[in-house]
Amino acid sequence: MNEIPLTHILFVSTALFFIGMYGLFTRRNIITMLMSIELMLNSVNINFVAFNKYLFPDKLDGLFFSLFIITIAAAEAAVAIAIIINLYRSHQSIDVDDATEMKF
Amino acid sequence: MSNYLYILWIPLLPLATFVVLGLFGRKYFAKTAGIIGTASLLTSTLLSFVAAKQYFFVDGKVNGVYQRIIALKYTWLQFSPNVSIDMGVIVDPISVMMLIVVTSVSLMVHVFSLGYMKGEERFATYYAFLSLFTFSMLGLILSVNIFQVYMFWELVGVSSFLLIGYYFNKPSAVAASKKAFIVTRFADLGFLIGILIIGFYGGSLDIGLLIEKFTSVQSPEFISITTASFLGASMLTWGLVLIFMGGAGKSAMFPLHIWLPDAMEGPTPVSALIHAATMVVAGVYLVARLFPVFSMDEAALTIVTYVGAFSALLAAVIACTQTDIKRVLAYSTMSQIGYMMFALGISKNGGESGLGFMASMFHLFTHAFFKSLLFLGAGSVIHMVHSNEMKDMGGLRKLMPITHAAFLIACLAIAGIPPFAGFFSKEEILTAAFHENKLIYGVALFTAALTSFYMFRLYFNIFWSKEAAAKAHHHDAHSQHNDTHDHGEGTWTMKLPLLILAACAVGVGFIPFSQFITSDGAAIETHIDMVFSIAPVALSIIAILLSASFYKSHNAKSDKAVAFFGGFYRAAYKKFYVDELYLFITKKIVFPLIGQPIAWADRNIVDGFMLLLANTTAKISTAIKGLQSGKVQNYALYFFGGVLALSVLFIYIWK
Repeated sequence: MNEIPLTHILFVSTALFFIGMYGLFTRRNIITMLMSIELMLNSVNINFVAFNKYLFPDKLDGLFFSLFIITIAAAEAAVAIAIIINLYRSHQSIDVDDATEMKF
Repeated sequence: MSNYLYILWIPLLPLATFVVLGLFGRKYFAKTAGIIGTASLLTSTLLSFVAAKQYFFVDGKVNGVYQRIIALKYTWLQFSPNVSIDMGVIVDPISVMMLIVVTSVSLMVHVFSLGYMKGEERFATYYAFLSLFTFSMLGLILSVNIFQVYMFWELVGVSSFLLIGYYFNKPSAVAASKKAFIVTRFADLGFLIGILIIGFYGGSLDIGLLIEKFTSVQSPEFISITTASFLGASMLTWGLVLIFMGGAGKSAMFPLHIWLPDAMEGPTPVSALIHAATMVVAGVYLVARLFPVFSMDEAALTIVTYVGAFSALLAAVIACTQTDIKRVLAYSTMSQIGYMMFALGISKNGGESGLGFMASMFHLFTHAFFKSLLFLGAGSVIHMVHSNEMKDMGGLRKLMPITHAAFLIACLAIAGIPPFAGFFSKEEILTAAFHENKLIYGVALFTAALTSFYMFRLYFNIFWSKEAAAKAHHHDAHSQHNDTHDHGEGTWTMKLPLLILAACAVGVGFIPFSQFITSDGAAIETHIDMVFSIAPVALSIIAILLSASFYKSHNAKSDKAVAFFGGFYRAAYKKFYVDELYLFITKKIVFPLIGQPIAWADRNIVDGFMLLLANTTAKISTAIKGLQSGKVQNYALYFFGGVLALSVLFIYIWK
């Protein structure tokens, strides 16, 4: 069986990362931006898992790292959603362009 | 050697009084502050007398020589193994004598103030300040370390400032207190530099150690300080002269005397305490304390002598022309302190040739009593007449018999008429001057005659001179304050100190002073030479008679004398324009030539540099503040841009 080479997986993860980045910069809705960030995080996770499998198959460090990242991402999402709810309560909007008070 | 530790309580009690009255006085002790202050000081006074008795009569003497005893020494700040600032208690003849002088005069003033200051709004504050002053003065006296002297010296200056400016709603009092503070501070600058010079070469700040090192000509310290020279004088001379400058500032010696007459703006009992009997002799005490060192340096002593003699003469001449009775007394104080100074200056250390030292201390002792008596008497008069001017007084001898008698005794004492106290001490000074320096003797003799003249001018103007009295009555009848003669001489608290001090002014001259206080602690024999006394006493009596003919009853003789002296009289009346000279120097020379360039440099260079920094920062921040737009996505862009830049840097450039 022909194994999928590492570069294919890295290509997927890179694509995912830049799709997330594109979303982060173009979307104005904070929830969409949050989702974009999750995409970027997941591209990193793919990297970790892939490198672990292809380069150090007898170790588990990469897997554990991606587990940690998933956990942290969940916590981060909880905090972010709480912030978004508060933002909505004060601004009646979750558009980043409406929340620009923190400037010079 | 027995324990003298209880002497510590003598300064600490007034300190406690100061703290209590200063913090809680106005609220809780508004009426009783005087009693509290007086009671605590009475305890101090009694302790001083106990200490004096123990020292002079029980155990101060070892082999016929009074020892210097360090009763307590606590190292406060250690700079190096040898150099430290210590707090301590020194017990030697002059410090014990000064304890007696300060506590008893202060006690008299406390008692007198009970009546004099009664009903003042800041009565408790007044007593708090008095206690602070007494504490500082006692601490100064008991200092073991020259830096301890300096600290208490400044404390004394501060309490003097506070008391002169006691009537702070009077602009002249505020000006006077500032003047006193600035002039003495200026002098203290010299004192500090002097301390540093002496401390640097002596390798210590301890008075005993310094005296030990600088009095042996073989010690390396003495050799190094006398060989080092600056502008043609040895460092020893410089150090001592600068220390003397501090002393001259406090003791109102020419040319730093200008603050003393103005200091009379303070309450009269304060003048009696600070500006007559105690603080102003601090300079004399300082020179006496370091006298063994001074005696090693001829040049410094010569300066002390001539400054003292000149101040004595100058002040006596000015005193003859002043009309404010407190100012006359202030100049007479300056004159008498000049006496003490030159007596120290002509003295030598040890043995019979230390007569000047002993005479100076003796005069300090007697002067404290009769001068505070004069001031308290003047206070009594002012209390009655509500004026400081001679022309508002006259004929008061019937109205205030006790004050009159006390004042007369004090005048006779200061004039040096036997058997009053001043006679004995002045005779010793004149004898010492006669043996050492004929010029100084002549000045002293002339000053003594002037002293008698102006003191009796004061006396006759206040208590005789009938016409002025009639005028005063007339004036009072029409003034709204018709209570002038109602309260008579004041309460018994005002009379009692006068009586006690009058008794002292008569009696203290008979103390065999030379048995107790000499430059080296060993008793010397003095004797009053009748033939020698003829000249000064005769001169004094002539001066008194002259004064009587001028001022006993109102006549034209004094005006003729004024006309005769003409310009000289006017110059003396204007205090020889010393104040104007100082004003000229400060306003026309110091301010425009030094003050304004410094102000310019401050405004343009120092401030300019700071402004440049601030402006540059402001400009840069204005230019780049757009970066902080408040837009989250911009921040993310910067972040990724930064990551990209760093990646490029680390991957391609910084391999």
